[in-house]
Amino acid sequence: MREVDLVIIGGGSAGLSSALEAKKQGIESILILEKEDKLGGILNQCIHTGFGLIEFKEELSGPEFLDRFITKIKQEGIEYRVNTTVSDITKEKVVTYFNSEEGQVSVKAKAIIYSAGCYERSAGQIELGGPRLSGIITAGSAQKYLNIYGYLVGRKIVILGSGDIGLIMARRMTLEGAKVECVCEIMPYCNGLNRNVVQCLEDFNIPLYLSTTVKEVKGKDHVESVILVDVDGHQNQILGTEREIKCDTLLLSVGLIPYVGLLEKLDLEKDKRGQISVNQYNETSLKGLFLCGNCLHVHDIVDYVVQEARSSAVGATLYLKNEIQDEESSSVIYDSNISYVIPQKVLASLLSDITLKFRVRANIRDAYVCVYNNDKLLKREYHTGLIPSEMVMTTIKKEKVKPPINLSVRIETK
Amino acid sequence: MKELICIRCPRGCHLSVDEGGNVTGNSCPVGKEYALEEINDPKRMVTSFVRVSNRRDTMLSVRTSKPISKALMFKVMDEINKLKVKAPVEIGKVLIKNIFDTGVDIIATSSIEAD
Repeated sequence: MREVDLVIIGGGSAGLSSALEAKKQGIESILILEKEDKLGGILNQCIHTGFGLIEFKEELSGPEFLDRFITKIKQEGIEYRVNTTVSDITKEKVVTYFNSEEGQVSVKAKAIIYSAGCYERSAGQIELGGPRLSGIITAGSAQKYLNIYGYLVGRKIVILGSGDIGLIMARRMTLEGAKVECVCEIMPYCNGLNRNVVQCLEDFNIPLYLSTTVKEVKGKDHVESVILVDVDGHQNQILGTEREIKCDTLLLSVGLIPYVGLLEKLDLEKDKRGQISVNQYNETSLKGLFLCGNCLHVHDIVDYVVQEARSSAVGATLYLKNEIQDEESSSVIYDSNISYVIPQKVLASLLSDITLKFRVRANIRDAYVCVYNNDKLLKREYHTGLIPSEMVMTTIKKEKVKPPINLSVRIETK
Repeated sequence: MKELICIRCPRGCHLSVDEGGNVTGNSCPVGKEYALEEINDPKRMVTSFVRVSNRRDTMLSVRTSKPISKALMFKVMDEINKLKVKAPVEIGKVLIKNIFDTGVDIIATSSIEAD
């Protein structure tokens, strides 16, 4: 069986940047496996701008951002396969993939970086009311139809969910001649970035209805209308607030789910949300298996994905050089304002600074993000406002963390 | 006093501009520039695609080289929709020079390689 130092599963932004970093760290034998017909992942269909502000200090579109990475991958001669599906990963890190040229192949990886991204939550998963009609489609699928294949999926659109892809599609479809009737969001706050509310909705006078959901979709074979309904603070529908909106398409932008089905049988340690736990190198409980990008947690900004992917590559390099000693780790604790923290665990000896990434559960104004080790305050950082749609990142210098390590993150207000 | 949300980066700062053109709430100089522009002549980046005529089901993504007057967005879309391109196309290629005399070009944001 062929042996490879580092197999990278998923050739999107995370996979590409981890490959380049691993190469820079001196790893020679790298293989990227990508299921689509070209490298780049989801950014191929994100033709809007806003990418690369941190990485390149420029505002690029998705394809332009990718082009810079893919050009380097080719210059560096990093091996990759496209149109290639991974069917199995074992505890011994044997990766089985297939494609039309090689058939089915198994390779023995010394380390694996898994960067397979997310899939979109569907109508069934949100228990959408009414029959399953044509014309109900996830925002990302509509984006692919439009930007990659050139098909506008509808003319009169209602968007359920205020995630960034939904907001971006509201603008795209409006510019292409569709009428977007409204965006409704079950939560009392918008799930997308502020800038997208301004430039995707307000610019085109598209209403955003908060605390509102779709009660039912109506139609014979195709969507003909949707019934909107207000919800209370517990997301219960308020009777008597129903109103019907005529439309031919319901776009769903109701969340992304990490694509980790292939890892299920590895029995990896998970956190209390049921997500795979990682340490500061984004390494799972299976030594030598690293995660990064949206399959670890959903990011708002690709530049942060790149940074995360680089630390996974640094971790994989340390692992390959046997520099991470198998040792004790401690869990990162957080208060009830916070929905999760990555990494969930920290290994006892810190070889580098540690970056904590998290999201808050609800809007908090005038917040102090505080990081403690045991009961010692390491960092206290002021934010005018924290919102669930924006990931918070804070880096702690390794010199500041004295053993024993028991990190906790707390949000304090005045 | 006018309240704005800066759209120049994902941070989305909440800005205020008073009658004298003083900007507060910005975290960087770009925020000030944005606020003044937004009040006088708001500008936006326009992105879209053009069908590649000699390729089946192939789209070339395009954008304005710089943000362009918000009022021109739909007119720019009309011009983009009239464009005809043939493969191969290099990323960054100028497809429309100086659209509506704004000093802004329409450029390709991806490459379509030769067969």
